[in-house]
Amino acid sequence: MNMFDWLQLILYVGALGACVRPLGAFMARIYEGRPPRFIGFTRPIERLIYRLARVEETTEMDWRQYSASLLVFSVLGTLVVYGLQRLQAFLPLDPEGLSAVSPDSSFNTAVSFATNTNWQGYGGESTMSYLTQMLGLTVQNFVSAASGMAVLVALIRGFTRHTAATIGNFWVDLTRGTLYVLLPLSFVLALALVSQGVVQTFSAYPEATLLEATTAPDGTIIATQKVAVGPAASQVAIKQLGTNGGGFFNANSAHPLENPTPLSNFLQVLAILLIPAALCATFGEMIGDRRQGRALLAAMAIIFAAMLALALYTECRGNPALNDLGLDQSAGNMEGKEVRFGSANSALWAVVTTAASNGSVNAMHDSFAPLGGLAAMWLMQLGEVVFGGVGSGLYGMIAFALIAVFISGLMVGRTPEYLGKKIGAFEMKMASLVVLLPCATVLVGTALAVGLPQGRAGVANPGPHGFSEVLYAFSSASNNNGSAFAGLSANTPFYNGTLGLAMLIGRFGVMVPILAIAGSLAAKKHVPSGAGTLPTHTPLFVFLLVSVVVVVGALSFFPALALGPIVEHLMLPA
Amino acid sequence: MMKDTFKTAAILVATFTFLTGLVYPIAVTVIARVAFPSASSGSLVVRDGKTIGSSLIGQSFTKAEYFHGRPSATSPVPCNASSSSGSNLGQLNPALREAVAGRVDFLRQMDPNLTVVPVDLVTASASGLDPHISPASANAQVARVAKARGKSEDELRKLVALHAEGRQFGLLGEPRVNVLLLNLALDEAKLQP
Repeated sequence: MNMFDWLQLILYVGALGACVRPLGAFMARIYEGRPPRFIGFTRPIERLIYRLARVEETTEMDWRQYSASLLVFSVLGTLVVYGLQRLQAFLPLDPEGLSAVSPDSSFNTAVSFATNTNWQGYGGESTMSYLTQMLGLTVQNFVSAASGMAVLVALIRGFTRHTAATIGNFWVDLTRGTLYVLLPLSFVLALALVSQGVVQTFSAYPEATLLEATTAPDGTIIATQKVAVGPAASQVAIKQLGTNGGGFFNANSAHPLENPTPLSNFLQVLAILLIPAALCATFGEMIGDRRQGRALLAAMAIIFAAMLALALYTECRGNPALNDLGLDQSAGNMEGKEVRFGSANSALWAVVTTAASNGSVNAMHDSFAPLGGLAAMWLMQLGEVVFGGVGSGLYGMIAFALIAVFISGLMVGRTPEYLGKKIGAFEMKMASLVVLLPCATVLVGTALAVGLPQGRAGVANPGPHGFSEVLYAFSSASNNNGSAFAGLSANTPFYNGTLGLAMLIGRFGVMVPILAIAGSLAAKKHVPSGAGTLPTHTPLFVFLLVSVVVVVGALSFFPALALGPIVEHLMLPA
Repeated sequence: MMKDTFKTAAILVATFTFLTGLVYPIAVTVIARVAFPSASSGSLVVRDGKTIGSSLIGQSFTKAEYFHGRPSATSPVPCNASSSSGSNLGQLNPALREAVAGRVDFLRQMDPNLTVVPVDLVTASASGLDPHISPASANAQVARVAKARGKSEDELRKLVALHAEGRQFGLLGEPRVNVLLLNLALDEAKLQP
């Protein structure tokens, strides 16, 4: 690492830190129905949407109605994306004449985008028509993100309300998140990205005459190059802001037309953590105690920093297995990386994108050093709570906070409380589900895949790295990340099916228990804090919370990681 | 109750599809076309009315008289701009070692005096379309290209320096050289007397 790498890191952390408080406070006002005046012009559109959909803005839902609305909305969205892929050959805006996507791949992709995972078994430029990318994928990028934020806001209301039966209105939360937060930010970011060279056009792929013709393996002379283009910038902006991560092109944000300059790279990697980090401040604002939001943000930052240090170390030092070939490896481990970003920016991105459940990449994780890949994998396995997805990361972290107060309650023999609410058996059961369900899905899915010939058939790299590819895939799907060790051939009925199922469990198997906690807490009384109450804004609690997250993650996954990246690391020459 | 939920959900799916799936991307496209006409259409490079490529998309060069770009793992041919892809080879994969060693040999065959090989010149990029190489990789090829073109090394070094981009704003990213634009400049320089 050189001085410039350090300066860019400092700039990144500084820029992110500067945005947390203002954006967090802004989102709190939006969800409390007090939009600031500068965005008041959106209010008539919001009202119009309610009138069209016959939504009573002031009518609230209990947690069951809230869950049912969310599920119905997600199922309908999934069906639309599925239908668009199957019918795209008959629909407009398909200048390349791309044919219908296979049923299993369409299922996988529809689930993937509706669950905010954005796992991609397909290559965008060779599979999806412009219409499918816009009406299917871009739309789900917005609404799946807004759904995650809605569930978080509902959970926060569970803490702030006193003997209440309802936790808000899903339709209203969904609409506000989309209209006031995601759309304006995406619009600005999309135009900034175009200024850097991210492509945004409806034209067919232009054909260029190559300076030097190449010969294909079958002997034909290739003298031209068809440059894939499309309406990419509008989709790339929301893919980063909504922690979606699904690339317009196969190579995602490593593709020069999706991420052409260091500035576009900086804006995108900033956009990934922007909303997840700011929501910690939103949480603090809404419960009326900013220190609580800061404590959760601090816990996230500690784990993030540790994994970032590991990835920076492994990627900037080059590949030890190539040491004897007489290369100058001072640029780091450059296989699967782009020159304009270099190793440090690629390592930063890998850690950011897996800490948040984003999953877009600017370098190929499959070619990372074993321990660099481990950093990415483990951040997902922790349950995507280190920043995590928009909304989903913080509600996952709050579930861990409940477990942390429960464990400390056991240690001192007091009833656990969090933010003035007594934590009972029901909340603990639900919090355990939230934590354990994705863990189990990762491990069972991986075991199934390596046990079956259909699963082993997809592996690209030999040895422990092949196992890592499978483990990474299920870690990514079950925790709704979406990045991949992309050597794995996952566009098969087996992987499309199993990973699709894993994404559904990881999304809705967590959301519904969270809403159940919200409902149960809202119904409870506020208890004033007493001498025996554990304060949850102190460094001690941050330490406890980090310990719980790390211990659960380490205990669940150490054996699996030992078989993959750890043994692979030990096999590297010194 | 459930029937109302379905109805509301369906209307909202339709509304957001219209708003975020049509209005938003079309609005961005219209503004982008007016404000950034070249960037929004793929930064295409046109010479004498013929599209030569995109300044952001790498092309494959293997002849001695051209600067070579990053190796590309796209199929069926390298730098296939309608099918981006990396190699996805792990650090310990024997295929990676073999490929890198082969590329080093190829470069040494073309220029037996080649001493240091910068890593980016012999490892596949993430997209398979990386338009850049490091300045070190460009300079490592100057002797070969100069010989093949009958030019002086000094002249070529100047041309490389002219095409070298620094870090953006002096801070972001890495210094780099755009291979397609450099090779175009080479060809155009040859045309001059």
